[in-house]
Amino acid sequence: MVEVKNVSKQYGNKFVVKGVSLKIPKQKITAFIGPNGAGKSTLLSMISRLIKKDEGEILIDGKEIGACKSNDLAKKISILKQSNHINLRLTVRELVSFGRFPYSSGRLTKEDQRHVDEAIRYMGLEEIEHKFLDQLSGGQKQRAFIAMVIAQDTEYILLDEPLNNLDMKHSVQIMKMLRKLVDELGKTIVIVLHDINFASVYADYVVAMKDGELVHVGPTDQVIDHSVLKDVYDMDINIQQINNCKICVYFS
Amino acid sequence: MGYRAKITSLLVVAVLLIITFLFIDLGKNWDYALPRRSVKMLAVIITSVAIGFSTLVFQTITNNRILTPSILGLDSLYMLLQTMLVFLFGSTHVAMIDKNINFALSLFFMMLFALIFYKFLLRGEGQDIYFLLLIGLIFGTLFNSLTSFMQVLIDPNEFLIVQDRMFASINNVNTDLLYLSIAVMLLAGLYSLKYAKYLDVLALGREHAINLGIDYDHVVKRLLIIVAVFVSISTALTGPMTFLGLLVINVAREFLNTYKHSVLTIGTVLFSIIALVGGQLLVERVFTFSTTLSVVINFVGGVYFIYLLLKENRSW
Repeated sequence: MVEVKNVSKQYGNKFVVKGVSLKIPKQKITAFIGPNGAGKSTLLSMISRLIKKDEGEILIDGKEIGACKSNDLAKKISILKQSNHINLRLTVRELVSFGRFPYSSGRLTKEDQRHVDEAIRYMGLEEIEHKFLDQLSGGQKQRAFIAMVIAQDTEYILLDEPLNNLDMKHSVQIMKMLRKLVDELGKTIVIVLHDINFASVYADYVVAMKDGELVHVGPTDQVIDHSVLKDVYDMDINIQQINNCKICVYFS
Repeated sequence: MGYRAKITSLLVVAVLLIITFLFIDLGKNWDYALPRRSVKMLAVIITSVAIGFSTLVFQTITNNRILTPSILGLDSLYMLLQTMLVFLFGSTHVAMIDKNINFALSLFFMMLFALIFYKFLLRGEGQDIYFLLLIGLIFGTLFNSLTSFMQVLIDPNEFLIVQDRMFASINNVNTDLLYLSIAVMLLAGLYSLKYAKYLDVLALGREHAINLGIDYDHVVKRLLIIVAVFVSISTALTGPMTFLGLLVINVAREFLNTYKHSVLTIGTVLFSIIALVGGQLLVERVFTFSTTLSVVINFVGGVYFIYLLLKENRSW
């Protein structure tokens, strides 16, 4: 389990994340929502040690992340940031193979190849596995990066706005695939989402943040609620039940 | 052509050039000429390894294909040192005449500068590497200005001595220095082996590298120190020539078309050997010493650099 205890981060005098405590349940999708600048990405980056926290503790399976070896953590937790520009000319397969680095330090064993094959199949990239990344569309590229994270085979997967720049079709495809990862392979996924409807339909838990603090944490059903969302976004959001899904109509 | 075939063909060209260099017009006094030429060749190989490897590592760390370690200001510091020695003590002082002392002094001060520089700038966590480069650039400019300032003040005859040091040359390399350089480089090389496997992943950028379990700050700091050692050695041994790195590394990238550092390192080193030996052959046989090696390299490199800029410009 990932446990965040009283974590803060400040730049200058401004707190970007302030005294956040949180438990992320296992084998569920937890969605972080909130307006821009709420500290969602910062919190995610701190959990995945990309940036250091100023205060507090972050425990993964009971161990403080600062005390773990980076390579051991890489087998437990993986992160994909929102912008993934890579300067190298890599094929999809080469990129996905990088996901096995924590296990094999670059020399792929048969076992590693199997994981790579599996990840590529899982993301439906078989057709384009030998294409170069710069020849791919945004959606294909994003799927390739997610395949790399899958190949890394970690229990916890953190995704920072993976639906950024994707059209509806690919967004839904990726969310369904994440659902499958949780339900079939028992992964724990934490995801930053901007479209609350994706959170509403696909997530199990929702963490709502605002101005660096937690506003509301709970099962999706409780958080996707008129008064809670008003607190978070300062907007009157009309929530409709369509096909057993709560859909937020935020256009006004 | 696979990597193996490409590397083999490079190796063949390099060896052929070296043999040509060693045996061309050898004449009757081969027992005099051959050892001297061998020393030059050894110097070329050391410089090639040092420049090729340090530039490759540096570009990987900075994630940039058009930077060379010269941006750290080390070769400017070398020039400042040489000028200052002449300025303060005159060209006949032992520090200028005795190559061993000069080498040791240069190496010492460049390493000292690099270590202090890193110590202060890489202290905090998550320091932006580009900040380090910016400061390095400023220091480099400062050193250059100080150098020019002293150069205009000194006696013109003394200036000639300094000028001689401004251009890289393998014509007067000292044998003792070679052995010392080889020893230092072997140590640094062995040390860097520990980090070599991280290079491919580092090229993905900081965030991916951390995600894949690399202790990024630690590894980058160590690699930067290794870069400084290699640059210092090659500069103290043959003079400022980091521009060569830019040339050979990009030729190697184009030619080998891979991201794998294990292949790229060998390719870069072989290309530098080809460029240096070929350049030296040109200097000796075509220009009959009327120009220096770094002029040839900088000319060819400069033309290629402009081509590279234009090409990168189009692809964005």
